[in-house]
Amino acid sequence: MAAKAELMDYDKALELFEPVLGFEVHVELNTKTKMFCGCANEFGSGANTNTCPTCLGLPGGLPQVNRQAIESSIRLGLALGCEIAETSRFARKNYFYPDTAKNFQTSQYDEPIAFNGQLTIELESGRQVTVDIERAHMEDDAGKLTHMGGAAGRIQGADYSLVDYNRGGVPLVEIVTQMIEGAEADAPEIGKTYVAAIREIVKALGVSNARMEEGNVRCDANVSLRPRGSNILGTRTETKNVNSLRSVERAVRYEIQRQAALLTAGGTITQETRHWHEDTGVTSAGRPKSDADDYRYFPEPDLVPVAPSRAWVEELRATLPEPPAARRKRLQADWGFVNLEFQDVVNSDLLDVLEATIAAGAPAQAARKWWTGEIARLANATGVSADSLVTPVQVAALIELITDGTLTDRLARQVLEGVIAGEGTPSEVVASRGLAVVSDDGALIAAIDQALASQPDVLAKIRDGKVQAAGAVIGAVMKAMRGQADAARVRELVLERAGTAPAESAE
Amino acid sequence: MSEITAEQVAHLANLARIDLSSAEIDRLTIELGQIVDSVAKVAEVATPDVPATSHPMPLTNVFRDDVVVPSLSVEQALSGAPDRAGDKFRVPAILDEE
Amino acid sequence: MTNLINQTASALAGLLADGTVSSVDVTRAHLDHIDAVEPDVHAFLHVASDAALATAARVDARRAAGEKLGPLAGVPIAIKDVLATLDMPSTAGSKILEGWIPPYDATVVKRIRDADLIPLGKTNMDEFAMGSSTEHSAYGPTHNPWDLDRIPGGSGGGSAAAVAAFEAPLALGSDTGGSIRQPAAVTGSVGVKPTYGGVSRYGAIALASSLDQVGPVTRTVLDAALLHDVIGGHDPLDSTSLTDVWPSMTAAAQAGLKDGALKGVRVGVIKELNGAGFQPGVKQRFEETLALLTAAGAIVSEVSAPNFEYAVSAYYLILPAEASSNLARFDSVRFGIRVNPDDGPLTSERVMAATRDAGFGDEVKRRIILGTYALSAGYYDAYYGSAQKVRTLIQRDFAAAFDQVDLLVSPTAPTTAFKFGEKLADPMAMYLNDITTIPANLAGIPGMSLPMGLAPEDGLPVGLQVMAPARADARLYTFGAAVEQLLEAHWGHTLLSQAPALAHTEMFATEGGAV
Ligand SMILES: [Mg+2]
Ligand SMILES: [Zn+2]
Repeated sequence: MAAKAELMDYDKALELFEPVLGFEVHVELNTKTKMFCGCANEFGSGANTNTCPTCLGLPGGLPQVNRQAIESSIRLGLALGCEIAETSRFARKNYFYPDTAKNFQTSQYDEPIAFNGQLTIELESGRQVTVDIERAHMEDDAGKLTHMGGAAGRIQGADYSLVDYNRGGVPLVEIVTQMIEGAEADAPEIGKTYVAAIREIVKALGVSNARMEEGNVRCDANVSLRPRGSNILGTRTETKNVNSLRSVERAVRYEIQRQAALLTAGGTITQETRHWHEDTGVTSAGRPKSDADDYRYFPEPDLVPVAPSRAWVEELRATLPEPPAARRKRLQADWGFVNLEFQDVVNSDLLDVLEATIAAGAPAQAARKWWTGEIARLANATGVSADSLVTPVQVAALIELITDGTLTDRLARQVLEGVIAGEGTPSEVVASRGLAVVSDDGALIAAIDQALASQPDVLAKIRDGKVQAAGAVIGAVMKAMRGQADAARVRELVLERAGTAPAESAE
Repeated sequence: MSEITAEQVAHLANLARIDLSSAEIDRLTIELGQIVDSVAKVAEVATPDVPATSHPMPLTNVFRDDVVVPSLSVEQALSGAPDRAGDKFRVPAILDEE
Repeated sequence: MTNLINQTASALAGLLADGTVSSVDVTRAHLDHIDAVEPDVHAFLHVASDAALATAARVDARRAAGEKLGPLAGVPIAIKDVLATLDMPSTAGSKILEGWIPPYDATVVKRIRDADLIPLGKTNMDEFAMGSSTEHSAYGPTHNPWDLDRIPGGSGGGSAAAVAAFEAPLALGSDTGGSIRQPAAVTGSVGVKPTYGGVSRYGAIALASSLDQVGPVTRTVLDAALLHDVIGGHDPLDSTSLTDVWPSMTAAAQAGLKDGALKGVRVGVIKELNGAGFQPGVKQRFEETLALLTAAGAIVSEVSAPNFEYAVSAYYLILPAEASSNLARFDSVRFGIRVNPDDGPLTSERVMAATRDAGFGDEVKRRIILGTYALSAGYYDAYYGSAQKVRTLIQRDFAAAFDQVDLLVSPTAPTTAFKFGEKLADPMAMYLNDITTIPANLAGIPGMSLPMGLAPEDGLPVGLQVMAPARADARLYTFGAAVEQLLEAHWGHTLLSQAPALAHTEMFATEGGAV
């Protein structure tokens, strides 16, 4: 188990040093098949069921490039503001490791598919940071190792390891940033926000499932410290496979504090890979960078160059969705949500369903209220996602029934339960459960007249123009109707019976 | 004359994951030196104006449709494995490298 | 009755088609002959007798049922061990793959099965096709049927010897720097390296991906064409496979048998492949062949390919570089042998290194180390990068030559078959032996070797190499068939009919094994 290193107070570390960052984010594409063979690209199948001579690296196996993976990579490159190469090539990155079936990774070296991009992110403070993207290149994923014996599945001290090559050959896009300077105390948040932005983009593009918990998006974080007043870069460490947004933030902060303590104590930073330990929140030393990193790259002779025509690139550019940050700005303005309301929607991952619900005709606030309220509550209770319970169209239909007076909020909650239980559309549930409000004015008027008669003081107040006094009568009527009445209609009728002109319908 | 040393050959053998004996390293140091001396003549004509050819036939954009084709059965996949445990390949302990 | 093993594939195809013989008869005749001569020749690493006879019986039954079968249906074939086969071990001549039976067929193997040929077994080769003598096979050398003390060429010595010793009428080979053509030359058989991308490499255990090409090994040009038509054509599993619609090579070969096929054909003699270092008898037969060509109406001229001087050097950088990477997968994890180190801890890394030390032979290690060096940081530009530039220059030399002539010719190899061990001690001498065949691989163009006589000084076969522009494989077959006919008419017999009878063959004949 990795021990916690000596750490310096964060503020103190920032006083003495300037953090310099860099990120390598690996995005697993959600193509149907692998990068170089027709095996299914699916998570969670039985071990070694999705393998063939090519992805198992059997003698004689040869790669064939997946067109969809190329398209996804180009679209991702474009979404990151990159230029798309006129010719791009795969190269072999040679190194031995048991999860790498061919003992080389088919990657890209001097001719990546996309390069020179930019991504602007916004921190919670409102500070905007533009991250320069050096390149986005295509490569294939490695298989999965399970370490047996020893302590808790760790590689250290394991007796032996098991290999499943199902993930071997799954298409990846590796996005490499330029050095990020001037991060200052925001460094950890920049890390988190940058990775979140990548995740949001690949989701919006539909090129990845973007589930960090399944390793669809994986981050390597490079951190170095430059002493204040110096222009010499410090030695960097590369913390591998930081696989949640919170971990990115924590790992960057930890490395800053660790390196600062070490440097201040007169130590030196070793250029090395480090492992992030989610459980203990520390990084531990991995392999030092050395001569062994001679990957002997050379152009992959089994594949021919990828030379996307400009027409193809423009065709793909036309399929790009609105950038997620711009879309968020637009939607918040369109819907007229205050920051807190909008943040609530974003944090609950309900932007897409909300947009669809509104597109299906629901007023924005009503849609927000239902999704972040009752539906989210039910989803929480059952431990599923809100959008798996009901569809935006069903929610819009439900809201419509409330707006047209067919349902009260209370009845609508019952209808929602029916819809979730699979009893049909909201209208069908209303019909089958007999939940519609009583709309026969005759019965209502009788109840109102009775209520008014039994509360003459209230009647007087209403006639004096104290409209809010009607509440007491409305309450009595609703009670008498056992809730099967439309409160708005009751109010309308109360005012009418009291001889007052109906007010402009309030909400 | 080439400057291939035994240390260099040992390093190359390590990169290539071949556990060469010291006798093999000594022999290869001499042979590699001779071969390299001979083949180094490519540099004579490989001037900057000459483009490199990595593929004999100049093809580009050879792609496959994203359509699943049947994989091997698990038994086929593991049929040649020197060692296995269940449906996985079994390998000796891995040094902490990555 | 007809001696079935001496027939060409096309003749056997005729006998099978008209019902004169059955595939079982033909297959059994070859298996019996294999039994008889293998102790001397050792062309095979694996003979699949039972499977071959069963397949032959199925083909016979289908023919009897009136099914329309392909032209080579029922004809036996030997398969170089570099090709993955579902039902036979595929070792590429290496200890590291001892006993490995692939879970799939190479595309060319699938195609010969689909065309109902009868796989007899797997043929011997230099380990991972690294060599020109088959002496680097981990399973012992193959012997040249013309002189059992001599090499059968390499790396496909097994396929060439099997065909030359009448153990199989057809064989599959692979040619990275001459491994089909040079063995054909020294065994008196015919071999063709198709245009790069003309035949699928899927399932061919890779030596150097940008140079490897699978092709036919036969006793006649027409037989090579028949086999080429079966194995050639686009394969989506090989990304370097050409999508061309190819003409019939068989028709092209048949066109060469017509009168006047050589008239007006412009034949270029490559100056750089006709100079010093060529055995006198090789030069003599080459000059005689050129004279016959001229007499038959061909226009023979000399062309220059100045950069061929650098071909061997470029080749011995590109090949080891690609091979060092292609052979990385032999790591004792998914297939092949696993060897533990003698002492010390059993880690994955150490077991891999021990396995590769024990599993690879000297020549393989030599080339892996060389290739690792050529690709190393700091050396890439000087070596691998420069070699790829030489490749461009050689392509330009060919382009300039083919501006002037239709075909290029040279001796296939500088010498006839040498004796075992003669060049083993000096790797560079062995490498220089490939000077004639390497340029075609570097440029991706097709090449053929066919017999052009016996060297007077040693009575051993000499091969004529013919090269055509990329994609013009059909031109090779037309020309090759015409030259073959011209030479055989001049000699009054086929070259292979002059091969000494193998001791076991005679014994076999006296046992009355004729079918
Ligand atoms: Mg990478
Ligand atoms: Zn696969």
